[in-house]
Amino acid sequence: MTGALRVRVWRGGEDGHFEAFDVPRRESQTVLDVVTYIQRTLDPSLAYRFACRVGMCGSCAMTVNGKPRWTCRTHVDRVAEGGEVEIAPLRNLPVVRDLVADMREFFDKWARAKGQFAPTRTRADDFAVVKPDSRERREADAGIECIGCGVCYSACDVVAWNRDYLGPAALNRAWTLVNDSRDAGQAERLAAVSGDAGCHSCRTHMSCTEHCPKQISPTRSIAGLKRATMRIALSGEGDER
Amino acid sequence: MSVRHEVRLWVAQRATAAVLAFCVVVHLATIIYAVRGGLTAAEILERTRGNAGLALFYAVFVLAAAIHAGIGLRNVAAEWLGWRGRSARFAVMFLSLLLAMLGLRAVWAVCA
Amino acid sequence: MRASRNHPAFWAFLVHRLSGVALAFFLPAHFYVLGTALDGAARLDGVLAWTEQPLVKAAEWVLVLLLAAHLAGGLRLLALEFLPWRDWQKTLAALAAGVSLACALAFALAR
Repeated sequence: MTGALRVRVWRGGEDGHFEAFDVPRRESQTVLDVVTYIQRTLDPSLAYRFACRVGMCGSCAMTVNGKPRWTCRTHVDRVAEGGEVEIAPLRNLPVVRDLVADMREFFDKWARAKGQFAPTRTRADDFAVVKPDSRERREADAGIECIGCGVCYSACDVVAWNRDYLGPAALNRAWTLVNDSRDAGQAERLAAVSGDAGCHSCRTHMSCTEHCPKQISPTRSIAGLKRATMRIALSGEGDER
Repeated sequence: MSVRHEVRLWVAQRATAAVLAFCVVVHLATIIYAVRGGLTAAEILERTRGNAGLALFYAVFVLAAAIHAGIGLRNVAAEWLGWRGRSARFAVMFLSLLLAMLGLRAVWAVCA
Repeated sequence: MRASRNHPAFWAFLVHRLSGVALAFFLPAHFYVLGTALDGAARLDGVLAWTEQPLVKAAEWVLVLLLAAHLAGGLRLLALEFLPWRDWQKTLAALAAGVSLACALAFALAR
């Protein structure tokens, strides 16, 4: 393969700028290959994240030509517009440096949505019986494969418009736990995912569903949360703010 | 504003949406039917004047629309104008009340 | 449009929100016009005559389209939020668009 790829890469922090590089094109080249080439050959000061490089960990997520994607699973051929590619850090998150985003708020919101399992049994109890084909388990399974890569959070415009919005990943995880018959924290969780910061601010843009590399539909999970939380309008829960 | 209140606003939005869906279908069908061959005030008023059933229908329509529009505009103001808090709440409440009052006045004008 | 927004469900949201805002601002005018009937049929007729102008007629047609679009989009949302999830619900957006255009057409023909 001949020819060079013109690559614009974000450098610096929030007030950074795009820097252009020329990268030789190769067959089956991925955007991660391009970033790696730049860092190893052209500019060692470029900061970026990756780990598995085979589409399992989600660490290499960045904004490529305006869309959040896993760069190790994005072939340059599929996205290069007129031989050019623009690479930036994930949107909606503070920039640490260059292509590295600060994921803390993403995981803080996960915790605020009560995205943790609250156990009931002890080692002295017998196993919980969870039928895999029950309606609840199938609902949970539809969203359980999330690896917390942040692509949906970056794709979501409500996250951009509403600082407190918990976001698709946190709400999706909460939904999988709402459907977990072993979990003891249901009341707190439903309160945690309600209101302007919670599921009720989802405007069904479905950008999360459109971009999720694991084909999860957070919109579907959030719709489930909307139904599950309606009774909070009637009950006494959710009075604290 | 408590979480419970925010959830209530969301529920009210969906509930008024369901009411409006019915009202709008009736209203659209009526308009499309009535507007054939032109429309005069006399034609409108002869249908509506003294019609208590129609007055009730339109009163419900107006109130549902006032609530629904208010909550919708609240969301737009917060998300697109970054306008939240007390002043935004008052502005939206004012708009809702204005719509309700103007609307009920119109129902009275046309049905009484 | 930003690349991450360029897909049908987002367009559906945009149409729904923009039509809603437009209708919210049209309504006071609509109520005001009807309210002129308080001054008698003649006054209302005067206003209705004004609405016979081509530009106003076109605007009315746009409003009917916006109302139909907002209704269709709203029904789609109620389906997405309250009915059991089906993945083909994406095509509901297309259906909604089609239905609202049909309504507007019916109005245009009747007018």
